[in-house]
Amino acid sequence: MNGKEGNTLATRAIQVGFLVAVGLVWWALAANRMVTPLFLPHPEAVWRAFARLVSGGQFWSAVGVTLTSIVQAYGIAVVSGLAVGYLVSRSRYSTRLFEPLIAACFAVPITLFFPIFILVFGIGPASKVAYGAVYGFFPVALNTIAGFSGVGAHYVKAARSMGASRSQMFRHVLLPAAFPVVVTGLRISFFICFASVLGGEAISSASGVGNNIAHAAELMEPARMFAWIVFVIVTAIILNMVVSHVESRGREH
Amino acid sequence: MNAPAFRAATDGSSSPVVISVKNVSKRFGEAKSNQSVLALDNVSLDIRKGEFVCLLGPSGCGKSTLLNIIGGLTDASSGSARIDGREIKGPTPDAISFVFQESTLFPWYTIVENFNIALKFQGVPQSEWSDRTMKALKSVGMATFANHYPNQLSVGMRQRVNMARGIALKTDVLLMDEPFAALDEQTRMVLGEDLSTLLAETGKTIVFVTHSLAEAVFLSDRIIVMTARPGRIKTVVEVGEPHPRSPDFMLEPRFSELRNELYALLRDEIRAATAAMRDPVSAPVSLHGG
Ligand SMILES: Nc1ncnc2c1ncn2[C@@H]1O[C@H](COP(=O)(O)OP(=O)(O)OP(=O)(O)O)[C@@H](O)[C@H]1O
Ligand SMILES: [Mg+2]
Repeated sequence: MNGKEGNTLATRAIQVGFLVAVGLVWWALAANRMVTPLFLPHPEAVWRAFARLVSGGQFWSAVGVTLTSIVQAYGIAVVSGLAVGYLVSRSRYSTRLFEPLIAACFAVPITLFFPIFILVFGIGPASKVAYGAVYGFFPVALNTIAGFSGVGAHYVKAARSMGASRSQMFRHVLLPAAFPVVVTGLRISFFICFASVLGGEAISSASGVGNNIAHAAELMEPARMFAWIVFVIVTAIILNMVVSHVESRGREH
Repeated sequence: MNAPAFRAATDGSSSPVVISVKNVSKRFGEAKSNQSVLALDNVSLDIRKGEFVCLLGPSGCGKSTLLNIIGGLTDASSGSARIDGREIKGPTPDAISFVFQESTLFPWYTIVENFNIALKFQGVPQSEWSDRTMKALKSVGMATFANHYPNQLSVGMRQRVNMARGIALKTDVLLMDEPFAALDEQTRMVLGEDLSTLLAETGKTIVFVTHSLAEAVFLSDRIIVMTARPGRIKTVVEVGEPHPRSPDFMLEPRFSELRNELYALLRDEIRAATAAMRDPVSAPVSLHGG
């Protein structure tokens, strides 16, 4: 709450400093050969492997496959999660009935069913999209239920007494009241889709970034593997910043 | 030439009836279920234009329920309520506005936006919004906080603004459900004075729920004393004193007489209400059953 603006710069500096420190430790460990290069290659080797990757032509098609899968999985998760969550939240009875069921399903490690996704959707991107969508559905649905069923009854009562129509009630009361909780669900879902698609690709796939990481590991090419991993980490950090930015912009409205 | 028009105390016959409640009963839950509650039992009440009426009674006697029925937020189980002759079947935002106990300012909007949205809900043309908002905020001395968010204000300021929002809606009737309950005593006295002045200036009809005897006497033209649940009208006390009322009124012997009279009336009802809560015999579900 207090002094939030004044602290932003210092907070950022600490965060960047942490990343730099991780890089330096890596560098120190690898340069002194304190860890075998098979597990932890030298950053320079990784950089060279990365340059080769990008110029190789396979890179962008793998990134394209993965990104497309993530976007599709996330799209399905968001649309279905919002729809189901909103419908369930409409009555207290359906909330009491379905909310624990959905929460229980989310508690099951859905990873266990990954082989079934492969059986049903094949080894191509479709199985990863379905897997990510199913996993990502839960946080959206659960937070949508929590958001909409948690709207203070006194706000609804006040708006009703002022003559709010159904659509006005939704637009000006229910939506803004539920918004912060729903957005948190959207955010969690995004990173679940991101991780699920990449993980799915690494376990069983013919293409995509995850597949390339697993492939490089099998071929004992740690530099190439780390090049991919660092690329994914940097992408995740950038995406996280974009999501946070969009989120805080959204909160202002 | 906008000096407040000092109103004479309502003489009980000159002004037309605005709100008419006839034989209203309210039962929550199925009549046969042992969890059903008879909140109101055959309540009839006429409220005249410009009157300030207080509902007073033990907790759980149905004051909020009666207010909600008048405001069209709750349906009566039997009987009817009318506003300006129209039967009340749902909210009538053109005639009635509410001020609730908790601040119902929407925390996601600034104060100004809160007023605008209320006026929008009510169907007021956009061209009138800013004028009415600023007038209402000025009337409670909160104009400088127009662009603050509710959580940037203290509880007392919030309730001040909440009251101003009810005023900005410019309805003839204002229903207030313990609007000052969350406030400290000094703030509630100041707000009470504001309200009395406002009443004198605007001629609004106000129905006000409170647990404070002093507040009831200080503000009301008529005090409706209700019985413990099921709520019935026990008696009606008239306070013949013109608005706006000055704090000096509280020093007059008549003020404490009325206050004591109310306390005597309520004491038995409050005893009855707490006895019913404590006494397991009258409760339908036995603790040792099943
Ligand atoms: N929505 C509801 N469902 C079931 N019972 C209700 C409901 N609303 C109120 N009641 C019951 O009706 C009775 C009257 O409630 P009400 O809120 O009108 O009392 P009140 O006089 O306003 O009390 P207080 O002074 O504590 O605010 C209470 O016994 C309450 O439990
Ligand atoms: Mg009440």
